[in-house]
Amino acid sequence: MAAAPHTPVDISGAMIEVPVAAHDWLIIAPVVLPILAGALLLMLRKNTGWQAVLANTVLGILLVCCAGLLDLVWNEGPQTMTMGRWLPPFGISFSVDLTGAILALTGSFVAFACGIYAANDIDQTRLRYGFYSFLMLMVAGVNGAFLTGDVFNLYVWFEVLLISSFGLIILGSERAQLDGALKYAFLNLIATTLFLIATGYLYGTFGTLNMADITRKISTMPDSGPVMTIAALYLFAFAMKAAAFPLNFWLPSSYHTPRLVVSALFAGLLTKVGIYALLRVMVMIFAAERAELAFIIAVIAAATMIFGVLGALAQSDIRRLMGFLVVSGIGSMLAGIALSGELGLSGTLFYAVHSMVVMAGLYLAAGIIVRTSGEHDMRKLGGHYSASPLFAAGFVVLALAVSGLPPFSGFWPKLMIVRGAIAGGAEWLAAAILLTGLLTSIAIVRVWAFAFWRGGPEGARDGAESWKLTPIAENAALPIHASFALLVVASLWLGLFPETLASAVLDAARGLANPDGYIGSVFGDVQ
Amino acid sequence: MEPALILLVTAFFAVSIYLLLSRHVIRMLLGVAMLGNGVNLLIFTAGRLTREVPPIIGIDDMVPQTATANPLPQALILTAIVISFSFFAFLLVLGYRAYQDLGTDDTGDMRLAEPQGEPLPPTGY
Repeated sequence: MAAAPHTPVDISGAMIEVPVAAHDWLIIAPVVLPILAGALLLMLRKNTGWQAVLANTVLGILLVCCAGLLDLVWNEGPQTMTMGRWLPPFGISFSVDLTGAILALTGSFVAFACGIYAANDIDQTRLRYGFYSFLMLMVAGVNGAFLTGDVFNLYVWFEVLLISSFGLIILGSERAQLDGALKYAFLNLIATTLFLIATGYLYGTFGTLNMADITRKISTMPDSGPVMTIAALYLFAFAMKAAAFPLNFWLPSSYHTPRLVVSALFAGLLTKVGIYALLRVMVMIFAAERAELAFIIAVIAAATMIFGVLGALAQSDIRRLMGFLVVSGIGSMLAGIALSGELGLSGTLFYAVHSMVVMAGLYLAAGIIVRTSGEHDMRKLGGHYSASPLFAAGFVVLALAVSGLPPFSGFWPKLMIVRGAIAGGAEWLAAAILLTGLLTSIAIVRVWAFAFWRGGPEGARDGAESWKLTPIAENAALPIHASFALLVVASLWLGLFPETLASAVLDAARGLANPDGYIGSVFGDVQ
Repeated sequence: MEPALILLVTAFFAVSIYLLLSRHVIRMLLGVAMLGNGVNLLIFTAGRLTREVPPIIGIDDMVPQTATANPLPQALILTAIVISFSFFAFLLVLGYRAYQDLGTDDTGDMRLAEPQGEPLPPTGY
């Protein structure tokens, strides 16, 4: 057989021939850094003394990287980096717009605060079994999900964060943990499998997995039936990940079982990835289908927030109460997605940032309460105000923020969503949000009243000197309280000076509603 | 070929949903394994099934001359198989540990994380 004559093939139409620009590496850095650090920490797992120092240094660098990325995206619009030199839609792209960058920065900030807290909270055994490796890989998964521009890649990042969260939730292997982890693992695995089913159908229908490419092609689809089915499947899968009613029961039955710093990480990072995926897929890609499903999403949102907060009202265990508050917050974010529009979407994003910071902070507060008193039942708590007025003040800030009272951080997103609901003619949804706010303040202020304000546990004489809390050891107290203070200050800043974030989320919401910039960043240099 | 595979996928889903509805962890585990395989078959079918035509594009062509199976879904399945296998392994060990430590594989009896009959929160000092 004669050899084919060698004809040079012009590949400039399909391949990227210029090396990756230096600042493009910033797009991938929030994923690469924690993966490398996770691998390194796994190798060094026996040097338990080094784990916390190394991990927190990397988390600090990560925070700077995410801030740099947000700055870049804010000033220059959405950024895309494509792997493996194949041009999109063939190569896998990482596309960052403001939505992704804001959430990645907030997520890294929460992870940083929790990493500092964990340094003095996680014991030797858990360190040796890879606490910080799991933490790093989970952060990588979360950041990957926020930054990727490819649907199947999003699925892979979901699995990365899921398997590392399995590791974190089971660390310690206490009996209650096994029980909680079993439910968490089964339901989340089913949710991601549904996500995979929807992705299979999506590829079968569109022949592409690049989100920008799908967004471009969706308006030319002649038959909207299959697209609607795919959108409904995605809504189902992501709502399950985000713990929306009636698929929320895995969250309050598992989040309280691991160490509370792990719960703080989960509350700060995991459910919000579900919300982000809903924003990206339902709002940006399936915009027309979302409009069709809007009423259903609104009903789910109202049910999630009301049933969530009713669950919180019925809990005597403060750790489980927090779990129900996470669920209730998801309802408010879903309400914004149902309303869509600038007010709704920017409200959802603002709420996501607020909820990441505040729920992580509340779980850390619960961690400090459990550590100093050894109890988590409201009946057996008390005296935390006299033990540390400053800690009590921090708790009040977060409690009022989660209830949505001005001038704290929860007020502004609720204001946006309520205004959006009234403008959109969904007054009942606005009423549900306000009712939830009232019930949330009852639930969380009750924790304040019993755990902080009351002098001692139930039955103890008020102001009794006999009731003493064990303070945290001198050398651990400062970093633990500092990490909590970091989140409190962030929440305060969001509450008192909301303009920066409000203008950022407004830009992000515009970008989601009108993704020309996003599509342009992926395909810009092809045309 | 496709209709047969579609029926097979339906059967996989039906069986896995039936098994997942069970209260016993061991049946749920089998359901998860079936679900994973069903999804993989579904993606495989979505990529179209044509035998013995390699997806190779001639040097002067821009698209393949004959209909070929799409190789990308097969790559996706490889990823999904690895992931579902590792998750199944994890769940299997988790289920076994839970059976050892909690003494039951009936999820209805696993009430350690959420004890039954917990008191309601106090209503006053």
